[in-house]
Amino acid sequence: MFSQLGSISKKAAMLAVPFGLATVGNKAYAQESGDVPAIFNLALTLEYLEAEFYMKALESPVLGSSGKAREIYEQISQHEDAHVEFLKAALGDAAVDKPTFDFTAGGNFDPFMQNSTTTMDSAYAQLLALAQAFEDTGVRAYKGQAANLIGQGGLLTAALQIHSVEARHASEIRRLRGLEGWITGNQRGAGMPAATQPVYDGEQNVEQGGINVTTLGSGSPFSMDSSTQAYDEPMDGETASTIAGLFIVS
Amino acid sequence: MRKKKSIDAGAQIAARNRRNFLKVSGLALAGSGLLLASCDNDDDGMKQMGGVFDLGTGDTGVLNYAFALEQLEAAFYTNVLDGSYWASANAEEKAVLEDLYNHEVNHRDWFKAAIDAIVTDSSKRLPSNLEFDFSGVDFSSRDSVLATAKALEDTGVGAYNGAGIYIQTPAYLTLAGKIVSVEARHAAAIRSLINPDGDFKAFAGNDIVTVDTGLDVAYTPSEVFERAGAFIVTPFTYNNPGA
Repeated sequence: MFSQLGSISKKAAMLAVPFGLATVGNKAYAQESGDVPAIFNLALTLEYLEAEFYMKALESPVLGSSGKAREIYEQISQHEDAHVEFLKAALGDAAVDKPTFDFTAGGNFDPFMQNSTTTMDSAYAQLLALAQAFEDTGVRAYKGQAANLIGQGGLLTAALQIHSVEARHASEIRRLRGLEGWITGNQRGAGMPAATQPVYDGEQNVEQGGINVTTLGSGSPFSMDSSTQAYDEPMDGETASTIAGLFIVS
Repeated sequence: MRKKKSIDAGAQIAARNRRNFLKVSGLALAGSGLLLASCDNDDDGMKQMGGVFDLGTGDTGVLNYAFALEQLEAAFYTNVLDGSYWASANAEEKAVLEDLYNHEVNHRDWFKAAIDAIVTDSSKRLPSNLEFDFSGVDFSSRDSVLATAKALEDTGVGAYNGAGIYIQTPAYLTLAGKIVSVEARHAAAIRSLINPDGDFKAFAGNDIVTVDTGLDVAYTPSEVFERAGAFIVTPFTYNNPGA
């Protein structure tokens, strides 16, 4: 698979600025079919974000020293670190640098309890809500790029193999938070800040390949709930970048 | 009836031998059912003895492949919801398994509709009445049901991930993507139900997500049939997925 990386490196010179609040609206991050550096750099940016988030979560006092939540975060952190290394290796010289992140999103959150006015309970709730938002975004963002990787052989397969891991993460974080592992309609779920709704907009879709799945039969498998839960929806690169951009300083 | 049973036994042995031959020769075979060597080789696929349906190639092959696996999962969860473990399971487990049943039935029926719309040659559509054998599963046992669910969901994830490269139409890759992430959500949930107070990392454990790379499983069709083939009675092959 890495023998294909030569062609990625050649495109390095054409890479534009990294993501960030300053680049919202900049077409530099628009991913087109076959543009592997742009596609993988979108993925890498999301992985940098997740890796740093989980690392900081584990360094903070919020998860305690042991227990279920800590162990889940440790396993996810292991994976996100591995994803960063995998994508950096795949991209070689074309890899974007890690952005500077601000997980307070400009003071709106305090998941690591850095502010003395934030209670442990409040920080914990935010930590889990942000994790859910990041994982559900990751699933949709990778899915949004899958079709652009058609014909890319092992690189497509690798992207699919990361995508499904993010879905495992999303499922468990949601269940840790007391929700179902799958998304119903466009519901962000109890305890999720309104600011996370963009992560879930579009998930209410029931048209799959031109077929309204609620019409395929009767009974609970074809209810709106089941029909929306059974399929996750893609998210385009621009939306994914905008969401990530909320947490990027530069 | 007695006569039919003795023919079945002989044919089962022949079937196993043929399956082993096909494995050795690198071809992917699912189904432990009757493979009668001495019948007319007609073109009506499964409806004729001796003709084994092949899933096909490219988009058609992947659609049929996914349809086969969704039929398997839907049949499994149908049995689960008919079983005594589920009937008296705790609220969380009942709800999760009922959701999985709902999702897989929806997936199964979607693939049938999609195949009917996309695969214009009806002789190339996988039939919707595959036969399965769940006699190895104890539907009164929590351990048996959850272990089987885990195996099927993980195998489903691996199957979709491994089949992506065979899809020729970008829109179908997106559609497959929409389903595989839900299967992965399923797999994680089942794994965490099996380990509620024990291994909190099992939802995406080192046994299924490679430590060095963070990558999930991606199986070839042969690897999928090794894992799921025991449940599949109706024979079919998937000899040239990428052609």
